[in-house]
Amino acid sequence: MDLQALWLTVRLAAVTTLVLLAVGIPLAWWIVSTRARWRPLVESITTLPLLLPPTVLGFYLLVLLGSRTAFGRAAAHLLGHPLAFSFAGLVVGSVIYSLPFAVQPMTAGFHAVDPAIVDQARLLGAGRLRILREILLPLSARSVLAAATLCFTHTVGEFGVVLMIGGDIPGATRTLSIAIYDQVQDFSYAQANRTSLFLLSISLLALLLLYGHRRSEGIPHV
Amino acid sequence: MSEVRIRHRQGGFVLDAEFSLDGAWTVLFGPSGAGKSTLLRILAGLLAPQEGRITIGGRTLLDTAQGIAVPAGRRSIGFVTQQPALFPHLTVRQNIAFGVRHLSAPARAGRVHEMLHLFGAEALADRGAKNLSGGERQRVALARALAPAPQLLLLDEPLAALDAASAKDILRRLLDFEVRVLYVSHDLAEIWRMPAELVLLDRGRVTATGPLRQVLAADRERLLEQLGS
Repeated sequence: MDLQALWLTVRLAAVTTLVLLAVGIPLAWWIVSTRARWRPLVESITTLPLLLPPTVLGFYLLVLLGSRTAFGRAAAHLLGHPLAFSFAGLVVGSVIYSLPFAVQPMTAGFHAVDPAIVDQARLLGAGRLRILREILLPLSARSVLAAATLCFTHTVGEFGVVLMIGGDIPGATRTLSIAIYDQVQDFSYAQANRTSLFLLSISLLALLLLYGHRRSEGIPHV
Repeated sequence: MSEVRIRHRQGGFVLDAEFSLDGAWTVLFGPSGAGKSTLLRILAGLLAPQEGRITIGGRTLLDTAQGIAVPAGRRSIGFVTQQPALFPHLTVRQNIAFGVRHLSAPARAGRVHEMLHLFGAEALADRGAKNLSGGERQRVALARALAPAPQLLLLDEPLAALDAASAKDILRRLLDFEVRVLYVSHDLAEIWRMPAELVLLDRGRVTATGPLRQVLAADRERLLEQLGS
Protein backbone atom coordinates (compact mmCIF):
# COMPACT_ATOMS: atom_id res chain seq x y z
CA MET A 1 0.00 0.00 0.00
CA ASP A 2 1.24 3.47 -0.93
CA LEU A 3 0.96 5.13 2.52
CA GLN A 4 1.83 8.54 1.14
CA ALA A 5 -1.04 8.27 -1.32
CA LEU A 6 -3.32 6.97 1.44
CA TRP A 7 -2.58 9.95 3.70
CA LEU A 8 -3.04 12.39 0.81
CA THR A 9 -6.35 10.78 -0.15
CA VAL A 10 -7.70 10.93 3.41
CA ARG A 11 -6.58 14.54 3.77
CA LEU A 12 -8.13 15.51 0.44
CA ALA A 13 -11.43 13.78 1.25
CA ALA A 14 -11.61 15.34 4.74
CA VAL A 15 -10.84 18.89 3.56
CA THR A 16 -13.19 18.54 0.58
CA THR A 17 -16.01 17.28 2.82
CA LEU A 18 -15.59 20.16 5.28
CA VAL A 19 -15.52 22.75 2.48
CA LEU A 20 -18.54 21.15 0.83
CA LEU A 21 -20.54 21.23 4.07
CA ALA A 22 -19.62 24.89 4.56
CA VAL A 23 -20.62 25.75 0.98
CA GLY A 24 -23.42 23.19 0.50
CA ILE A 25 -25.52 23.98 3.58
CA PRO A 26 -26.17 27.66 2.74
CA LEU A 27 -26.50 26.82 -0.96
CA ALA A 28 -29.11 24.10 -0.28
CA TRP A 29 -31.01 26.45 2.06
CA TRP A 30 -30.97 29.15 -0.61
CA ILE A 31 -32.26 26.72 -3.24
CA VAL A 32 -35.07 25.57 -0.95
CA SER A 33 -36.16 29.02 0.21
CA THR A 34 -35.59 31.38 -2.71
CA ARG A 35 -38.13 32.54 -5.24
CA ALA A 36 -35.44 33.94 -7.53
CA ARG A 37 -36.06 33.31 -11.22
CA TRP A 38 -32.52 32.07 -11.75
CA ARG A 39 -32.84 29.27 -9.16
CA PRO A 40 -33.18 26.60 -11.93
CA LEU A 41 -29.90 27.86 -13.41
CA VAL A 42 -28.11 27.54 -10.06
CA GLU A 43 -29.63 24.10 -9.51
CA SER A 44 -28.52 23.00 -12.98
CA ILE A 45 -24.97 24.27 -12.47
CA THR A 46 -24.65 22.56 -9.08
CA THR A 47 -25.94 19.29 -10.56
CA LEU A 48 -23.85 19.47 -13.74
CA PRO A 49 -20.77 17.67 -12.33
CA LEU A 50 -22.99 14.62 -11.81
CA LEU A 51 -23.51 14.22 -15.56
CA LEU A 52 -20.33 15.74 -16.95
CA PRO A 53 -17.47 13.35 -17.85
CA PRO A 54 -14.74 13.89 -15.21
CA THR A 55 -12.19 14.51 -17.94
CA VAL A 56 -14.27 17.36 -19.38
CA LEU A 57 -14.60 18.96 -15.94
CA GLY A 58 -10.91 18.30 -15.27
CA PHE A 59 -9.91 19.88 -18.58
CA TYR A 60 -11.84 23.10 -17.96
CA LEU A 61 -10.58 23.29 -14.38
CA LEU A 62 -7.02 22.81 -15.64
CA VAL A 63 -7.51 25.75 -18.01
CA LEU A 64 -9.18 27.85 -15.29
CA LEU A 65 -6.49 27.15 -12.70
CA GLY A 66 -3.63 27.65 -15.17
CA SER A 67 -1.63 30.81 -15.83
CA ARG A 68 -3.68 31.69 -18.93
CA THR A 69 -6.63 32.96 -16.89
CA ALA A 70 -6.85 35.93 -14.50
CA PHE A 71 -8.21 33.58 -11.81
CA GLY A 72 -5.28 31.20 -12.19
CA ARG A 73 -2.75 34.04 -12.11
CA ALA A 74 -4.42 35.65 -9.06
CA ALA A 75 -4.47 32.31 -7.21
CA ALA A 76 -0.82 31.68 -8.07
CA HIS A 77 0.06 35.16 -6.83
CA LEU A 78 -1.79 34.58 -3.54
CA LEU A 79 -0.51 31.06 -2.91
CA GLY A 80 2.98 31.57 -4.25
CA HIS A 81 2.56 28.62 -6.64
CA PRO A 82 0.13 27.64 -9.42
CA LEU A 83 -3.11 25.97 -8.30
CA ALA A 84 -2.85 23.33 -10.98
CA PHE A 85 -0.75 20.29 -9.95
CA SER A 86 -1.02 21.21 -6.24
CA PHE A 87 -3.01 19.94 -3.26
CA ALA A 88 -5.04 23.20 -3.16
CA GLY A 89 -5.90 22.69 -6.82
CA LEU A 90 -7.07 19.16 -6.04
CA VAL A 91 -9.33 20.53 -3.30
CA VAL A 92 -10.87 23.07 -5.71
CA GLY A 93 -11.48 20.34 -8.30
CA SER A 94 -12.85 17.87 -5.75
CA VAL A 95 -15.21 20.45 -4.26
CA ILE A 96 -16.68 21.26 -7.68
CA TYR A 97 -16.81 17.61 -8.72
CA SER A 98 -18.59 16.47 -5.53
CA LEU A 99 -20.84 19.52 -5.16
CA PRO A 100 -24.01 17.65 -6.22
CA PHE A 101 -23.33 14.96 -3.61
CA ALA A 102 -23.46 17.65 -0.93
CA VAL A 103 -26.28 19.81 -2.25
CA GLN A 104 -28.75 17.14 -3.43
CA PRO A 105 -29.23 15.23 -0.14
CA MET A 106 -29.35 18.42 1.90
CA THR A 107 -31.87 20.05 -0.45
CA ALA A 108 -34.02 16.93 -0.15
CA GLY A 109 -33.62 17.00 3.65
CA PHE A 110 -34.61 20.67 3.93
CA HIS A 111 -37.56 20.12 1.58
CA ALA A 112 -38.78 17.27 3.81
CA VAL A 113 -39.19 19.57 6.83
CA ASP A 114 -42.86 20.50 7.27
CA PRO A 115 -43.24 24.08 5.90
CA ALA A 116 -45.68 24.80 8.76
CA ILE A 117 -42.80 24.33 11.22
CA VAL A 118 -40.68 26.85 9.32
CA ASP A 119 -43.67 29.24 9.19
CA GLN A 120 -44.01 29.01 12.98
CA ALA A 121 -40.32 29.80 13.43
CA ARG A 122 -40.75 32.85 11.17
CA LEU A 123 -43.82 34.01 13.07
CA LEU A 124 -41.91 33.70 16.33
CA GLY A 125 -39.32 36.10 15.00
CA ALA A 126 -36.55 33.77 13.80
CA GLY A 127 -34.46 35.06 10.91
CA ARG A 128 -33.11 32.90 8.08
CA LEU A 129 -29.88 32.02 9.89
CA ARG A 130 -31.67 31.02 13.10
CA ILE A 131 -34.20 28.94 11.16
CA LEU A 132 -31.32 27.16 9.42
CA ARG A 133 -29.32 26.61 12.62
CA GLU A 134 -32.08 25.76 15.09
CA ILE A 135 -34.80 24.19 12.93
CA LEU A 136 -33.62 22.92 9.56
CA LEU A 137 -30.20 21.52 10.46
CA PRO A 138 -31.37 19.54 13.53
CA LEU A 139 -34.38 18.21 11.62
CA SER A 140 -32.23 17.33 8.58
CA ALA A 141 -29.24 15.96 10.49
CA ARG A 142 -29.49 12.60 8.69
CA SER A 143 -29.41 14.31 5.30
CA VAL A 144 -26.33 16.29 6.32
CA LEU A 145 -24.70 13.06 7.52
CA ALA A 146 -25.61 11.38 4.23
CA ALA A 147 -24.16 14.32 2.29
CA ALA A 148 -20.91 14.22 4.29
CA THR A 149 -20.59 10.44 3.81
CA LEU A 150 -21.21 10.68 0.07
CA CYS A 151 -18.77 13.58 -0.34
CA PHE A 152 -16.04 11.78 1.57
CA THR A 153 -16.37 8.45 -0.25
CA HIS A 154 -16.85 10.09 -3.63
CA THR A 155 -13.65 12.11 -3.16
CA VAL A 156 -11.75 9.04 -1.98
CA GLY A 157 -12.64 7.28 -5.24
CA GLU A 158 -12.08 10.24 -7.54
CA PHE A 159 -9.83 9.64 -10.54
CA GLY A 160 -10.50 11.61 -13.73
CA VAL A 161 -10.62 15.13 -12.32
CA VAL A 162 -7.67 14.50 -9.98
CA LEU A 163 -5.53 13.15 -12.80
CA MET A 164 -6.39 16.04 -15.12
CA ILE A 165 -5.67 18.88 -12.69
CA GLY A 166 -3.18 17.23 -10.36
CA GLY A 167 -1.25 14.82 -12.52
CA ASP A 168 0.61 12.09 -10.68
CA ILE A 169 3.06 13.73 -8.30
CA PRO A 170 3.98 11.49 -5.33
CA GLY A 171 3.20 13.18 -2.01
CA ALA A 172 1.51 16.15 -3.70
CA THR A 173 -1.24 14.94 -6.00
CA ARG A 174 -1.00 11.13 -6.23
CA THR A 175 -4.13 9.77 -4.57
CA LEU A 176 -4.94 6.09 -4.03
CA SER A 177 -7.04 5.80 -7.20
CA ILE A 178 -4.10 7.14 -9.23
CA ALA A 179 -1.77 4.78 -7.36
CA ILE A 180 -3.98 1.87 -8.49
CA TYR A 181 -3.68 3.09 -12.08
CA ASP A 182 0.11 3.25 -11.73
CA GLN A 183 0.22 -0.22 -10.15
CA VAL A 184 -1.78 -1.68 -13.04
CA GLN A 185 0.50 0.07 -15.54
CA ASP A 186 3.42 -1.60 -13.78
CA PHE A 187 1.63 -5.01 -13.88
CA SER A 188 1.69 -5.01 -10.03
CA TYR A 189 -1.72 -6.66 -9.90
CA ALA A 190 -1.35 -7.91 -6.32
CA GLN A 191 -0.63 -4.39 -5.07
CA ALA A 192 -3.44 -2.95 -7.20
CA ASN A 193 -5.74 -5.59 -5.76
CA ARG A 194 -4.83 -4.65 -2.16
CA THR A 195 -5.34 -0.93 -2.80
CA SER A 196 -8.61 -1.55 -4.64
CA LEU A 197 -9.89 -3.79 -1.85
CA PHE A 198 -9.03 -1.05 0.63
CA LEU A 199 -10.99 1.57 -1.35
CA LEU A 200 -13.88 -0.84 -1.79
CA SER A 201 -13.92 -1.47 1.98
CA ILE A 202 -13.98 2.26 2.76
CA SER A 203 -16.94 2.83 0.43
CA LEU A 204 -18.81 -0.21 1.74
CA LEU A 205 -18.13 0.70 5.36
CA ALA A 206 -19.37 4.26 4.84
CA LEU A 207 -22.58 3.02 3.23
CA LEU A 208 -23.06 0.41 5.99
CA LEU A 209 -22.70 3.16 8.61
CA LEU A 210 -25.18 5.33 6.74
CA TYR A 211 -27.81 2.63 6.20
CA GLY A 212 -27.20 1.16 9.66
CA HIS A 213 -27.90 4.59 11.16
CA ARG A 214 -31.08 4.92 9.08
CA ARG A 215 -32.21 1.47 10.23
CA SER A 216 -31.53 2.23 13.91
CA GLU A 217 -33.59 5.43 13.53
CA GLY A 218 -36.43 3.43 12.00
CA ILE A 219 -36.39 5.33 8.71
CA PRO A 220 -38.27 3.44 5.98
CA HIS A 221 -36.49 2.74 2.73
CA VAL A 222 -37.86 4.64 -0.23
CA MET B 1 -58.00 50.99 15.33
CA SER B 2 -57.70 47.60 13.64
CA GLU B 3 -58.80 47.28 10.05
CA VAL B 4 -58.30 44.76 7.33
CA ARG B 5 -58.78 45.32 3.62
CA ILE B 6 -57.46 42.67 1.29
CA ARG B 7 -57.79 41.87 -2.38
CA HIS B 8 -55.98 38.78 -3.54
CA ARG B 9 -56.41 36.57 -6.58
CA GLN B 10 -55.17 32.97 -6.48
CA GLY B 11 -55.96 31.01 -9.63
CA GLY B 12 -59.70 31.41 -10.19
CA PHE B 13 -60.38 32.38 -6.57
CA VAL B 14 -60.68 36.04 -5.58
CA LEU B 15 -60.50 37.11 -1.95
CA ASP B 16 -61.97 40.58 -1.57
CA ALA B 17 -62.54 41.24 2.13
CA GLU B 18 -62.84 44.30 4.31
CA PHE B 19 -63.66 44.31 8.02
CA SER B 20 -62.55 45.71 11.36
CA LEU B 21 -61.01 43.82 14.27
CA ASP B 22 -61.93 46.10 17.12
CA GLY B 23 -63.53 43.53 19.45
CA ALA B 24 -61.44 41.38 21.79
CA TRP B 25 -62.71 38.29 19.99
CA THR B 26 -63.75 38.16 16.36
CA VAL B 27 -65.01 34.99 14.77
CA LEU B 28 -64.37 34.51 11.08
CA PHE B 29 -67.10 32.17 10.00
CA GLY B 30 -67.83 30.57 6.67
CA PRO B 31 -67.98 27.33 4.70
CA SER B 32 -64.90 25.42 3.50
CA GLY B 33 -63.31 27.20 0.56
CA ALA B 34 -64.58 30.62 1.63
CA GLY B 35 -60.99 31.90 1.92
CA LYS B 36 -60.67 31.89 5.71
CA SER B 37 -57.26 30.22 5.88
CA THR B 38 -55.90 32.33 3.00
CA LEU B 39 -57.03 35.45 4.84
CA LEU B 40 -55.26 34.31 8.00
CA ARG B 41 -52.02 33.58 6.14
CA ILE B 42 -52.13 37.06 4.63
CA LEU B 43 -52.75 38.63 8.06
CA ALA B 44 -49.85 36.65 9.51
CA GLY B 45 -47.52 37.82 6.75
CA LEU B 46 -47.00 34.32 5.34
CA LEU B 47 -48.69 35.23 2.06
CA ALA B 48 -48.41 38.53 0.21
CA PRO B 49 -51.67 39.80 -1.30
CA GLN B 50 -51.80 41.76 -4.54
CA GLU B 51 -53.58 44.65 -2.80
CA GLY B 52 -54.38 45.44 0.78
CA ARG B 53 -54.02 47.42 3.95
CA ILE B 54 -53.80 45.85 7.40
CA THR B 55 -53.74 47.97 10.56
CA ILE B 56 -53.71 46.32 13.99
CA GLY B 57 -53.94 48.50 17.10
CA GLY B 58 -53.08 51.55 15.00
CA ARG B 59 -49.92 49.99 13.58
CA THR B 60 -49.81 49.50 9.83
CA LEU B 61 -48.57 46.01 9.00
CA LEU B 62 -49.32 46.12 5.30
CA ASP B 63 -50.08 48.83 2.82
CA THR B 64 -49.45 47.77 -0.73
CA ALA B 65 -50.16 51.29 -2.01
CA GLN B 66 -47.32 52.67 0.11
CA GLY B 67 -45.05 49.65 -0.26
CA ILE B 68 -45.28 48.73 3.44
CA ALA B 69 -45.04 45.03 4.30
CA VAL B 70 -43.88 44.22 7.84
CA PRO B 71 -42.27 40.72 7.84
CA ALA B 72 -44.13 37.89 9.61
CA GLY B 73 -41.73 37.80 12.55
CA ARG B 74 -42.18 41.50 13.31
CA ARG B 75 -45.98 41.66 13.12
CA SER B 76 -46.53 40.49 16.70
CA ILE B 77 -49.08 37.97 15.51
CA GLY B 78 -49.49 34.45 16.88
CA PHE B 79 -50.93 31.76 14.65
CA VAL B 80 -52.24 28.36 15.71
CA THR B 81 -53.88 25.94 13.31
CA GLN B 82 -55.67 22.61 13.65
CA GLN B 83 -52.34 20.80 13.21
CA PRO B 84 -49.98 22.42 15.73
CA ALA B 85 -46.56 22.61 14.09
CA LEU B 86 -44.44 22.19 17.21
CA PHE B 87 -40.69 21.93 16.83
CA PRO B 88 -40.39 18.14 17.24
CA HIS B 89 -36.72 18.09 18.25
CA LEU B 90 -37.27 20.47 21.17
CA THR B 91 -38.89 20.01 24.56
CA VAL B 92 -42.15 21.71 25.47
CA ARG B 93 -40.21 24.31 27.48
CA GLN B 94 -37.86 25.02 24.55
CA ASN B 95 -40.82 25.30 22.18
CA ILE B 96 -42.50 27.93 24.34
CA ALA B 97 -39.23 29.81 24.89
CA PHE B 98 -38.46 29.96 21.15
CA GLY B 99 -40.28 33.25 20.58
CA VAL B 100 -39.04 35.03 23.72
CA ARG B 101 -35.32 34.72 23.19
CA HIS B 102 -34.99 38.49 23.45
CA LEU B 103 -35.88 38.32 27.17
CA SER B 104 -33.26 37.79 29.87
CA ALA B 105 -32.91 34.18 31.06
CA PRO B 106 -34.90 34.73 34.31
CA ALA B 107 -37.63 36.69 32.51
CA ARG B 108 -37.78 34.00 29.81
CA ALA B 109 -38.09 31.22 32.37
CA GLY B 110 -40.82 33.18 34.15
CA ARG B 111 -42.74 33.74 30.95
CA VAL B 112 -42.50 30.05 30.00
CA HIS B 113 -43.72 29.04 33.46
CA GLU B 114 -46.61 31.52 33.20
CA MET B 115 -47.69 30.04 29.87
CA LEU B 116 -47.36 26.46 31.11
CA HIS B 117 -49.51 27.37 34.10
CA LEU B 118 -52.09 29.16 31.96
CA PHE B 119 -52.68 26.02 29.89
CA GLY B 120 -52.27 23.54 32.74
CA ALA B 121 -49.19 22.07 31.11
CA GLU B 122 -46.56 22.34 33.87
CA ALA B 123 -46.10 18.58 33.97
CA LEU B 124 -45.22 18.55 30.26
CA ALA B 125 -42.39 21.09 30.48
CA ASP B 126 -39.51 18.68 29.94
CA ARG B 127 -41.26 16.26 27.61
CA GLY B 128 -40.21 16.09 23.97
CA ALA B 129 -42.74 17.79 21.71
CA LYS B 130 -43.12 14.68 19.59
CA ASN B 131 -44.25 12.63 22.59
CA LEU B 132 -47.48 14.54 23.26
CA SER B 133 -51.12 13.71 22.67
CA GLY B 134 -53.28 15.87 20.37
CA GLY B 135 -54.74 17.93 23.22
CA GLU B 136 -51.32 18.41 24.84
CA ARG B 137 -49.82 19.51 21.54
CA GLN B 138 -52.53 22.08 21.06
CA ARG B 139 -52.04 23.48 24.58
CA VAL B 140 -48.31 23.82 23.95
CA ALA B 141 -48.90 25.44 20.53
CA LEU B 142 -51.18 28.03 22.14
CA ALA B 143 -48.71 28.64 24.98
CA ARG B 144 -45.90 29.09 22.44
CA ALA B 145 -47.96 31.52 20.33
CA LEU B 146 -48.97 33.59 23.38
CA ALA B 147 -45.56 33.66 25.08
CA PRO B 148 -44.29 36.71 23.11
CA ALA B 149 -47.55 38.55 24.09
CA PRO B 150 -48.75 39.09 20.51
CA GLN B 151 -51.06 41.92 19.53
CA LEU B 152 -53.27 39.50 17.64
CA LEU B 153 -53.77 35.74 17.90
CA LEU B 154 -54.99 33.94 14.80
CA LEU B 155 -56.70 30.65 15.53
CA ASP B 156 -57.58 28.47 12.54
CA GLU B 157 -59.99 25.83 13.88
CA PRO B 158 -57.52 24.99 16.67
CA LEU B 159 -59.95 22.80 18.59
CA ALA B 160 -61.49 20.89 15.69
CA ALA B 161 -59.47 17.70 16.27
CA LEU B 162 -59.91 17.59 20.04
CA ASP B 163 -62.50 15.86 22.21
CA ALA B 164 -65.24 18.08 23.61
CA ALA B 165 -63.85 18.24 27.17
CA SER B 166 -60.34 19.28 26.06
CA ALA B 167 -61.73 21.80 23.59
CA LYS B 168 -63.97 23.36 26.24
CA ASP B 169 -61.13 23.55 28.77
CA ILE B 170 -58.69 25.16 26.30
CA LEU B 171 -61.32 27.64 25.11
CA ARG B 172 -62.08 28.67 28.70
CA ARG B 173 -58.38 29.31 29.37
CA LEU B 174 -58.05 31.29 26.14
CA LEU B 175 -61.04 33.49 26.93
CA ASP B 176 -59.38 34.42 30.22
CA PHE B 177 -56.28 35.67 28.43
CA GLU B 178 -56.17 39.30 27.38
CA VAL B 179 -55.35 39.20 23.70
CA ARG B 180 -57.17 40.20 20.55
CA VAL B 181 -58.25 36.99 18.82
CA LEU B 182 -59.42 36.20 15.30
CA TYR B 183 -61.00 32.77 15.52
CA VAL B 184 -61.77 30.80 12.39
CA SER B 185 -64.48 28.19 12.50
CA HIS B 186 -67.17 26.56 10.42
CA ASP B 187 -68.82 24.94 13.46
CA LEU B 188 -71.92 26.82 14.56
CA ALA B 189 -72.23 24.91 17.83
CA GLU B 190 -68.64 25.74 18.78
CA ILE B 191 -68.91 29.49 18.31
CA TRP B 192 -72.53 30.00 19.44
CA ARG B 193 -71.63 30.85 23.04
CA MET B 194 -68.60 33.01 22.26
CA PRO B 195 -68.77 36.65 23.33
CA ALA B 196 -67.49 37.81 19.99
CA GLU B 197 -67.96 39.88 16.89
CA LEU B 198 -68.63 37.95 13.74
CA VAL B 199 -67.34 38.27 10.21
CA LEU B 200 -69.18 36.09 7.73
CA LEU B 201 -67.09 35.12 4.75
CA ASP B 202 -68.51 33.43 1.69
CA ARG B 203 -66.65 32.74 -1.55
CA GLY B 204 -63.99 35.29 -0.70
CA ARG B 205 -66.36 38.10 0.24
CA VAL B 206 -67.58 39.43 3.59
CA THR B 207 -71.36 39.02 3.58
CA ALA B 208 -72.18 40.19 7.13
CA THR B 209 -70.51 41.61 10.23
CA GLY B 210 -71.72 42.45 13.75
CA PRO B 211 -72.29 40.92 17.18
CA LEU B 212 -72.09 37.15 16.77
CA ARG B 213 -75.49 36.05 18.07
CA GLN B 214 -77.28 38.90 16.39
CA VAL B 215 -75.83 38.06 12.98
CA LEU B 216 -76.16 34.32 13.44
CA ALA B 217 -79.76 34.47 14.67
CA ALA B 218 -80.79 36.36 11.58
CA ASP B 219 -78.89 34.11 9.22
CA ARG B 220 -79.11 30.81 11.12
CA GLU B 221 -81.36 28.89 8.73
CA ARG B 222 -79.47 30.05 5.65
CA LEU B 223 -76.10 29.25 7.25
CA LEU B 224 -77.17 25.78 8.36
CA GLU B 225 -78.33 25.07 4.85
CA GLN B 226 -75.11 26.47 3.37
CA LEU B 227 -72.94 24.42 5.74
CA GLY B 228 -74.95 21.28 5.00
CA SER B 229 -75.81 20.75 8.68
